[in-house]
Amino acid sequence: MSDMTHPQSFLSKYIFSTDHKTIGKQFLFLGMFWALIGAATAYLIRWQIAHPNTPAPGFGIVNFGQYNAILTMHGTIMVFYVAMPIIVAAFSNFLIPLQIGARDMAFPKLNALSFWFMVLSSVILLSSFFVPGGAAAAGWTGYPPLSADPKYTGVTWGTPLWLLALALAFASSTMGGINYLATLITQRAPGMTYSKVPLATWFLVAGTADFFFSVGPLVAGAVMLLMDTLAGTGFYLPAKGGEPLLWQHLFWFFGHPEVYVIFVPAFGMVFEILPVFSRKAIYGYKLILASLAVSVALAYVVWAHHMFISGMNPKLAMPFSVLTILISVPFSIIFFLAFATLKGGKIKLEVPMLWALGFIATFLIGGLTGIFLGSAASDIYFHDTYFIVAHFHYTLFPATFFGGFAAVTYWFPKMFGRRLNEVAGRWHFALTFLLFNGVFWPLFRVGAAGMPRRIADPSQYAWLDQFKGVQSVVTTVAVLLILAQLIFLFNFFISLFWGKKSEKNPYHSATLEWQTDSPAPHGNWGEQLPQVTAGPYEYSKPGAESDFTPQARV
Amino acid sequence: MSSNNQVLSGSHPGEAGRLAMWFLIGSEIVIFGAAVVSYLLLRLNRPEWVVDMARLNANAGMLNTLVLLTSSFSMALAHAAAEDRDQAKVAKRLGLTLLLAAIFLCVKGWEYSAKFHHGIFPSTNVFWSFYFLMTGLHALHVVIGMIAITVLWVRASRGTLAPNLNRVELTGLYWHLVDIVWIFLFPMLYLS
Repeated sequence: MSDMTHPQSFLSKYIFSTDHKTIGKQFLFLGMFWALIGAATAYLIRWQIAHPNTPAPGFGIVNFGQYNAILTMHGTIMVFYVAMPIIVAAFSNFLIPLQIGARDMAFPKLNALSFWFMVLSSVILLSSFFVPGGAAAAGWTGYPPLSADPKYTGVTWGTPLWLLALALAFASSTMGGINYLATLITQRAPGMTYSKVPLATWFLVAGTADFFFSVGPLVAGAVMLLMDTLAGTGFYLPAKGGEPLLWQHLFWFFGHPEVYVIFVPAFGMVFEILPVFSRKAIYGYKLILASLAVSVALAYVVWAHHMFISGMNPKLAMPFSVLTILISVPFSIIFFLAFATLKGGKIKLEVPMLWALGFIATFLIGGLTGIFLGSAASDIYFHDTYFIVAHFHYTLFPATFFGGFAAVTYWFPKMFGRRLNEVAGRWHFALTFLLFNGVFWPLFRVGAAGMPRRIADPSQYAWLDQFKGVQSVVTTVAVLLILAQLIFLFNFFISLFWGKKSEKNPYHSATLEWQTDSPAPHGNWGEQLPQVTAGPYEYSKPGAESDFTPQARV
Repeated sequence: MSSNNQVLSGSHPGEAGRLAMWFLIGSEIVIFGAAVVSYLLLRLNRPEWVVDMARLNANAGMLNTLVLLTSSFSMALAHAAAEDRDQAKVAKRLGLTLLLAAIFLCVKGWEYSAKFHHGIFPSTNVFWSFYFLMTGLHALHVVIGMIAITVLWVRASRGTLAPNLNRVELTGLYWHLVDIVWIFLFPMLYLS
């Protein structure tokens, strides 16, 4: 491997790199940058809900048009520019080649291109805040006719730019996805059979498979929406003979699997942490993979539970209710196997383990409240209330942030060769866990009591006054939740430069990525590829010389 | 692949490329599939579209079907020549494929301009929106395919394609997708 020893300039090493580890870190930093903007939008939304029409400190009055745009951008940013780059792109890039013993991705140049598409997409989305008419304001779901005709939202340039940015983001994810799938299939090290592949890699690739074959309808749908806004067509406009529900079907055919695209990889990375900090093998590795396969397949046939009150054919309500509730079966199996992995283990509550357990606890609430929304009968009541807001934040926040922090804190030594501060990490976890629940738990009650979401100014309606007190407390807690993230940012950047140097395998993990140097060198392994001889989770084996058997000796 | 004890990093570039192309084709099929299903679902409730469909030139569509099918055949022949590592033959057959693709686009362009001339635009009604959406997306794929084929054709005629002859197969796979999409569009738009 001559390229392993190539001298690299700063530009080719850090900026236009084709090294999967560098690209992974680039995606991580891009996602963290967007998370700051996402947090700012969250702050403005919360301020307007609690203190309508009073100037938000640091911004001023949020007018109704701005509120719509900020709400739209909050969803778009958090899903496509925070969760996707961090959970999917950063860790697929960083982990898959390291865990399967490859030197790089199957297509390193395509991989770099995937990152630069995302940068271009980010620039376009950011610039859409500043064009005349402001950013897109029809909700992150972009329902027409609201999104298709500028007369409803007053947004002119924002909508096409939003669509263009999303198109580039999808192209980026597609290029990445091709790479992840092809890398797993063709680049495994000698001895790395499919049954020795760690769960994080399986879950990352499974999430990508869900993305890959569900995004097509939204691409087609987005082209139609673009034509409606720019070319005067009426695919979605009833006045021109079109069908607004068509968009909802195309959007949610992608939109629902997209939740799993984010949540499944997060769970996979949590599965990597559980055995290490309980010194036990994964319980039911093959059953986990079988359940994963079933849920990835079922993800394609549950989308219309987002549309129970949309006016679609009511005959569809029953089959989609049943299918949606059915998908909780494989996910429950995965949860129970996670518990079984922990049972009887020597549990060490280090920071990555805290996040992993926090992920399981909070996501479980998200999953269980989902059953109320999967069943048409109860969804008709809960739909478009704060119950929904609480529910999906209990799924996406744990996946993106609890899962994300679990992964970042666990692999930080391998990424940067240094350790994070443990005390700061514990404070960050405790505060985030408490404050997150403090923000979203009360919203279940607010929603169940009937407060509708997506209202720019609740003070217009006297009957919503009863929620003013709760909403105001929630906003205060939300601001504290955002401020608590400063602990992480300080810890991250200080440790990046001045943290304690890390050894190769600080947690005594068995998987392959921990057997090479920290940080892993260009080319990942020395002259020889690792020869894999053991499974990924051989911990506390009776009769073994140490309490774990590495997958290979490097 | 099942006995992956022999799998070494980077030892199967052709295999990874073929896999990647199949994944790309899979995702393209979902894109076109969604457009086709959307069209069909609307079409079922709109018998009046028959009037618009009758205004399409079925002969032009038929001619284009033949042209594109033939181009798929010449593409397959180019692949066969690539297997024989005969770059001169590859170049000749890719050239023929390019010519046929260009004829397809000319006929399509002529059809479009005839429609515009008769005052028919994508915004005329939802049928025409779908017609221009699907044939336009397809034409875009023809153009992308032509760019890829041109690159290969130039290198094959210079005799410098040798290390990358497997790209003829990959481009061929893509080109057959372009062909198959049209096989669906033609009867659905012109004949039903």
